[in-house]
Amino acid sequence: MYPPKFDYVAPRSLDEALEVLAEHGSDAKLLAGGQSLIPLLKLRFAAPAVLVDLNRLTGLDGFRESVTHLHVGALTRHADAERSPLLAARYPLMAAAAPVISDPLVRNMGTVGGSLAHADPAGDWGAVMLAAGAEVVARSREGERTIAVRDFFRGLLETALEPTEILTEVRVPRPRGRAGGTYLKLERKVGDFATVGVAVQLELDDGRIGRAGIGLTAVGAVNVRAAAAEEHLAGAEPTAEAFAEAARLAAAAAEPTSDVRGSAEYKRDVVRVYVERGLERALALARA
Amino acid sequence: MTEQAQPRKTVCGLGHSVKRKEDDRFLRGQGNYVDDVNLPRMLHMAILRSPMAHARIKSIDAEAAKAVPGVVAVVTGADLAAHNLAWMPTLSGDTQAVFATDKVRFQGQEVAAVIAEDPYVAYDALDLIDVDYDMLEAVVDPFKAMAAGAPLIRDEKEGQKDNSVYHWEAGDKDATERAFAAADKVVKLKTHYPRCHPSPLETCGCVADVNAGTGKVKIYMTSQAPHAHRTLFALVAGLPEQNIQIISPDIGGGFGNKVPIYPGYVAATAASLLIGRPVKWIESRSENLISTGFARDYHMEGELALKNDGQMLGLRVRLVSDQGAFFADAQPSKFRAGLFHIVTGSYDLPAAHVVADGVYTNKAPGGVAYRCSFRVTEASYLIERLVQNAAYELDLDPAELRLRNFIRPEQFPYKSATGFVYDSGDYHTALKLALEKVGYEDLKREKEAGRAAGKLIGVGIASFTEVVGAGPAKDYDIVGLKMFDSAELRVHPTGKAILKIGVQTQGQGHETTFAQIVAGELGIPPEDVLVQHGDTDNTPYGLGTYASRSTPTAGAATAVISRKLREKARKIAAHVLEADAADLEWDVDRFQVKGVPGKACTIQEIAFAAYTNPPPGEEAGLEGVHYYDPPNMTYPFGSYVVVVEIDEGTGVWKVRRMVAVDDCGVRINPMIVEGQIHGGLTEGYGIAAMQLITFDDDGNCIGSTFMDYLLPTAWETPKFETFATVTPSPHHPIGAKGVGESATVGSPAAYVNAVVDALAHLGVRNVEMPVTSAKVWEAIRQARAT
Amino acid sequence: MQVTIKVNGREESAEVEPRRLLVHFLREDLRLTGTHVGCDTSGCGACTVLVDGTPVKSCTMLAVMADGREVTTVEGLIRNGQLHPIQQGFKEEHGLQCGFCTPGMMLVAKALLEAEADPSEEQIRWAISGNVCRCTGYQNIVKSVQWAAKKLAENA
Repeated sequence: MYPPKFDYVAPRSLDEALEVLAEHGSDAKLLAGGQSLIPLLKLRFAAPAVLVDLNRLTGLDGFRESVTHLHVGALTRHADAERSPLLAARYPLMAAAAPVISDPLVRNMGTVGGSLAHADPAGDWGAVMLAAGAEVVARSREGERTIAVRDFFRGLLETALEPTEILTEVRVPRPRGRAGGTYLKLERKVGDFATVGVAVQLELDDGRIGRAGIGLTAVGAVNVRAAAAEEHLAGAEPTAEAFAEAARLAAAAAEPTSDVRGSAEYKRDVVRVYVERGLERALALARA
Repeated sequence: MTEQAQPRKTVCGLGHSVKRKEDDRFLRGQGNYVDDVNLPRMLHMAILRSPMAHARIKSIDAEAAKAVPGVVAVVTGADLAAHNLAWMPTLSGDTQAVFATDKVRFQGQEVAAVIAEDPYVAYDALDLIDVDYDMLEAVVDPFKAMAAGAPLIRDEKEGQKDNSVYHWEAGDKDATERAFAAADKVVKLKTHYPRCHPSPLETCGCVADVNAGTGKVKIYMTSQAPHAHRTLFALVAGLPEQNIQIISPDIGGGFGNKVPIYPGYVAATAASLLIGRPVKWIESRSENLISTGFARDYHMEGELALKNDGQMLGLRVRLVSDQGAFFADAQPSKFRAGLFHIVTGSYDLPAAHVVADGVYTNKAPGGVAYRCSFRVTEASYLIERLVQNAAYELDLDPAELRLRNFIRPEQFPYKSATGFVYDSGDYHTALKLALEKVGYEDLKREKEAGRAAGKLIGVGIASFTEVVGAGPAKDYDIVGLKMFDSAELRVHPTGKAILKIGVQTQGQGHETTFAQIVAGELGIPPEDVLVQHGDTDNTPYGLGTYASRSTPTAGAATAVISRKLREKARKIAAHVLEADAADLEWDVDRFQVKGVPGKACTIQEIAFAAYTNPPPGEEAGLEGVHYYDPPNMTYPFGSYVVVVEIDEGTGVWKVRRMVAVDDCGVRINPMIVEGQIHGGLTEGYGIAAMQLITFDDDGNCIGSTFMDYLLPTAWETPKFETFATVTPSPHHPIGAKGVGESATVGSPAAYVNAVVDALAHLGVRNVEMPVTSAKVWEAIRQARAT
Repeated sequence: MQVTIKVNGREESAEVEPRRLLVHFLREDLRLTGTHVGCDTSGCGACTVLVDGTPVKSCTMLAVMADGREVTTVEGLIRNGQLHPIQQGFKEEHGLQCGFCTPGMMLVAKALLEAEADPSEEQIRWAISGNVCRCTGYQNIVKSVQWAAKKLAENA
């Protein structure tokens, strides 16, 4: 309930923040929404020497569309995504996921970038960005690089970010052609971590499936990309049989563990059911 | 004297939904909860708890902790032992460690404490205490604990050779055997009512202020029973009882969690005594869930014997109660399994036999909590599940089976096969009303049609009978203290009043409802009656609020003392009106001379006269105290019907409708009664759907934070349709029965019966609580495979 | 560290450790004890306050994060000594029993009604789904917020 002592700095510019990180490396922890970090501090599961508060930085939040991408500032709060008319109109996968992240109070503070950088396999944005085929932008004192989300999650709470890097932006490719997507989440109650979460994105190409993205939550050590299922769908006719097979492949790609939320077998089957339902919903949206 | 000309304002006594008088301070954020208490020079205590479920303590090194700036003291079990405070008696006649000395016996058990100027500092120092444990084999399964050769948990207890806590029986074994021999059908159910936790939103805590100068021991405490706690403190700590003042200020929910005396209270008091400054101890939520009084954990095997036409003949129950490491339940000392033997429920069951065994395990102590009415939750669950299954086995409608066997109105007062005397009831009317409101016949048709279309719709019924109001002195006591309760009423010269009661609200609205009782008897409006409770220096002795006992006991005391004052008021009125006392009749708020309109004396005028013009030979004033020994328990009852729909693909079940008919006798404040029911139906839903505290084989607790111990939010919680029937208690002065726990007692079976009902056609007869979507999915899969 | 936070319209300055939680700053340093602590894993919402008008869990925010910002606690709901319509609604519709979750519930309701003047039952339940109540079963809390919505519309 009571965090341990730490030093604290609230930089006013990104460069200032990067300087601090360059100096302290992994002794420093970045503070964005704090909805994952502060609970860890209170349980004394984390004890960083320095906390770098990013909340004074400006220009790192909000949605912006360029010709090729939707740019999501890393400090965009989940609640902003929940309320965004842009997402509701053109990015239904994200619009479906935002409202079911944790609870409304957490959504007012928690950030998209913070969630991705935290890399909890039960995090919703990870599965969403995998399905969307997104990439993240990481800045350090040395410069900037982009990392495809499919290469971003390395392990439990572990990403490709260096201790001296800050995730500044998520880039979601603008869908080509008619597209639809959705997020289905099974949770025991609002605010619980997902038992199973399924993110589905479908882009049609002249009636056939151009690209399919399927990301899974809480069924592995990291958010899982159901690659075999995606490949099965790419270029295929969007039929019930194709969806059923993709669902089976996605379930096979999941690596759930048995726990109080259910057996591994149960979770795997919910993946299958949700992928099938998700694909149907995505297709309906794409055709609408 | 008063003219009769103007119409009288309504005095809102019984039956009025008076808005709550206590609300204002809470709405303004001016509630005075224990953690809001701030005394000069107050210190903060943090408790170190064992990470192991069963281990010997080899050494404790607190030197580094003591050296942290701001730390005033570190207390260990050895320090307490030096003052004979390392062990304390429990409310069930056992002993419990305050701080462990020899062994730790459950994960989360108290081992030491840091007292510091600031809680942040206290927790910094806590991290520096080094305890060397020698791990022992943990006993987690109560059946393994009972088996020969199991590690002995209470090895410190003289004469304790195994892990048995008690063996207890109720009913008639022979008569029950004969009943079973005559049965056409025996329906069996083996079920575990899982360990859950009342988890009020405010955790437990205290501020202990032992003042050497005045000799006063003032303890602000989250207590549902301040007087009983004071007496126990006096006995345990050897402190003079007249100097101990326990103040239970505003309590943020109790639900039975705040009845036991916890080691933290004792340690904080000892610390304050030793240091000479006030010490505050407020537990964290994790501490609350891992160490304070859990609820349930009953392993039950029930058998119901019936004839083919549905007539119930007998009931047999064998149960094992997991008591944790210490037997610390608060329950009437005569009944080791609480009032579980009410298990014949609402039915005219001529024969029953209950065998109960309590067992020690390496888990936190407790069991009686979470609105259980002393184990009525467990009993009600078992019988209502058995009856539902019996309906399937006999191919009878579950409502019809109940109606055929309900105790009939003309049978009251009804002596049950296990010795209870039910005061009044009308079970048929309640169930029929519930069925009508839910549209039972239409639902049955929808269910059938749904099955054809692959939809899984279920209708679950639970018709419960509660037993509350503990209790009559001849049968009820807690550690020897009889379970009367009290009310002290004083009417002031200006006609206002102060009522002091021995019970202790934790949100039930006593400041309003008890004022309404006075209003009903004396005509003083509730807003003019100040209700005082929770301060042992300023209230009469009572056993507190739990097990829905306040209205049955202290409410009765309030009515009785109000009536006594009314009799004195008659004499005063007679004197003032210069009339004969026998010629006066009471009319809402005044004594009226019979047949002489206009010649009356209001209670306000009487009150003034009590101090300015008392009758010769009468004492001045208008006050008195009454200690009420209830002649019997009271028996609220009801019928609940739940409609669920299951998503076969995921096992997720949703409550479509929840219809609740409750009968708690006369309702003092219908609005408050309804609120109690909403809360209980929600707790019942949480228990049925998601609440569980469990342990791995090493005794590690799973369910000690809100991440694992789940509380339903407004989003999951169903909408409730509540209705009432009113069957007054014939022995209670105002006919009221108490209602606080009815919905938690009766509803879990209704929810589970609904889920089972949706799957009964597949052959499913049981899903264990908590009924998670995973378990439903598994039940369907197994049923479809066979 | 020095922080300056405008609490219920009043500038408050203090020297705090960076690790000090906002809820402790409010309760202990400012003695505004209407904001409550109900858990230790950010799971109950009893500590809810408004920061720049937005409901957040004050137990999951450092006091230093609120530096330069405006915080509203339950004590700030009173208008000219009169109960705010939301407070009135909770009284009228029996939206509280033990009162421990009530401050948080009312502040969430305030933010909701500012964004949505006539919320549906579903919207209300959704908005308070981060605030746990053990006593009321939420049904009367919904009615309390609906009462307040009507009252605010009448007053407008």
